Amino acid sequence: MAATADSLAFPQDAFAASDTDARKETVQRLFRLLFGLMTLLLILPVALILGTLIYKGGPAISMEFLFSAPTDGMTAGGIFPALFGTIWLVAVALLFSVPLGIAAAIYLSEYAPNNWLTRMINLCIINLAGVPSIVHALHGFGAFVLFAGMGTSILAASLTLAIMTMPVVIVAAKESLQAVPQSFREATLNLGATRWQTIVTVVIPNAITGILTGVILEVSRSAGETAPIMFTGAVFFLPFLPEGLFDQTMALSLHLFVVSTQIPGVPEETPYGVALVLISLVLLMNSISIAFRMYLRGKKKW
Amino acid sequence: MSIRDLTIAYEGKKVLEDVNLEIKENEIFGIIGPAGAGKTSFLKCLNRMDIFAPEMQVTGEIVFDDVDLLQMRNVYELRRRIGVVFPLPVGLPLSIYDNVALAPRLAGIKKKRQLDEIVEQCLHRAALYDEVKDRLSSLGSLLSGGQQQRLTIARALSQEPELLCLDEFSIAVDPVTTMRIEDVLKELRSETTIVLVTNLVQQARRLASRTAFFHEGACVEVNDTEELFTGEVRDQRTRDYIEGRFG
Repeated sequence: MAATADSLAFPQDAFAASDTDARKETVQRLFRLLFGLMTLLLILPVALILGTLIYKGGPAISMEFLFSAPTDGMTAGGIFPALFGTIWLVAVALLFSVPLGIAAAIYLSEYAPNNWLTRMINLCIINLAGVPSIVHALHGFGAFVLFAGMGTSILAASLTLAIMTMPVVIVAAKESLQAVPQSFREATLNLGATRWQTIVTVVIPNAITGILTGVILEVSRSAGETAPIMFTGAVFFLPFLPEGLFDQTMALSLHLFVVSTQIPGVPEETPYGVALVLISLVLLMNSISIAFRMYLRGKKKW
Repeated sequence: MSIRDLTIAYEGKKVLEDVNLEIKENEIFGIIGPAGAGKTSFLKCLNRMDIFAPEMQVTGEIVFDDVDLLQMRNVYELRRRIGVVFPLPVGLPLSIYDNVALAPRLAGIKKKRQLDEIVEQCLHRAALYDEVKDRLSSLGSLLSGGQQQRLTIARALSQEPELLCLDEFSIAVDPVTTMRIEDVLKELRSETTIVLVTNLVQQARRLASRTAFFHEGACVEVNDTEELFTGEVRDQRTRDYIEGRFG
């Protein structure tokens, strides 16, 4: 019996933590705690913003607020023309930027040879993403409103938004196309498929979730932008709804700016209410895309 | 198929030089040799996958059905007639059925009955049908490694290739599956020509009627397999490799 106890004691000693091990463990715990706290800190602004908006803007929200036009010099009434206008602007912007952006991403990822021209195009896309929105606004005003003769209109504003958000779509789509394993392409090409057949049957179905992420980001950004639409199509106040692409329109983001800074005598909860509607609209569109993405991802396995 | 003066270089660096050999109809032609001998590069040329690697330069002639493949324009047709199976099985994330039906569909076959027939027949020939017949609509990429490798073979067979190239198919497969696939290949010999690149010397001996030995970018020796293994020593390097003294 004594001999067994002795022989058991040895392995226990052998696995005892040395000083170095203990120090390593302490340092590792410290950093896990530190980074964990920093991550938690990120939730704080989101929670604060949403909390404030719901608390202060919640009482302003009603069916009437959502579905009627502003009255009394915008100090009373609802926000329907602005809500309607924002949806118009985002939808038309998507119509242009998504097909164009995805086409460009497919070209860059699947067809483009690795030469100076391709590198130049990639550089341009990155730079386009870095252009400040006010510069996009002035460009849109010059190019679409004046030069192309569209006037201040939904079309001009949406095109400006489309140009501004296209780099996001291109980069996200390109990354997800390139994440599809090369072996899938080779296997398909080996069966006598053309590049185009390979792209359609194998590459795009496996990249679609990532492409949608790019589109989601774009929706969020273009719904919230104010500067690019201010000179190109959105107006201060319009008592009726736009009827076509060449009409001007109100927009939520601009309306928020107007009711919070430009007009005296607006009830305190109104700007919060507008902000709450804007952010809910973005979150709603995001959740629809996320749900769709999860559905698609559930079908994909490799 | 006859290969004449085939030289392959990557950015000027030659990986295979002056290969001359004949592959006869309905034979299993083995290619053995240590890693880096140029075996895989050689296979890539046979169905012109080199055009996707711009840094790869190929010179010489590969004559197949009286046409020089290196001059040929319609590589799609060529790839339908020459099938390739890679070392690591690629089950595309499609259903088992769609994996096999992919190539016929790309070639324009739309009739459901015809596709059903092709799929069933190819899975049979790749000795996979009995294992998957009840779940043809489940994902091909979820099969086990050995099943995926047979799925790749079924997919390659779906176009009735006249030449089937296999590149070290047994790397990712257990010994039992390897033997099953070897049996499949023996069956296929009556219908198609097979080029078998392998790192298992004994596999070449079991299957190939003739075998080539590649070493350091050169085709050292081509001979009847038995002659290569047991006959008169023609090149000492071949014998050393076969007997496991290097490689």
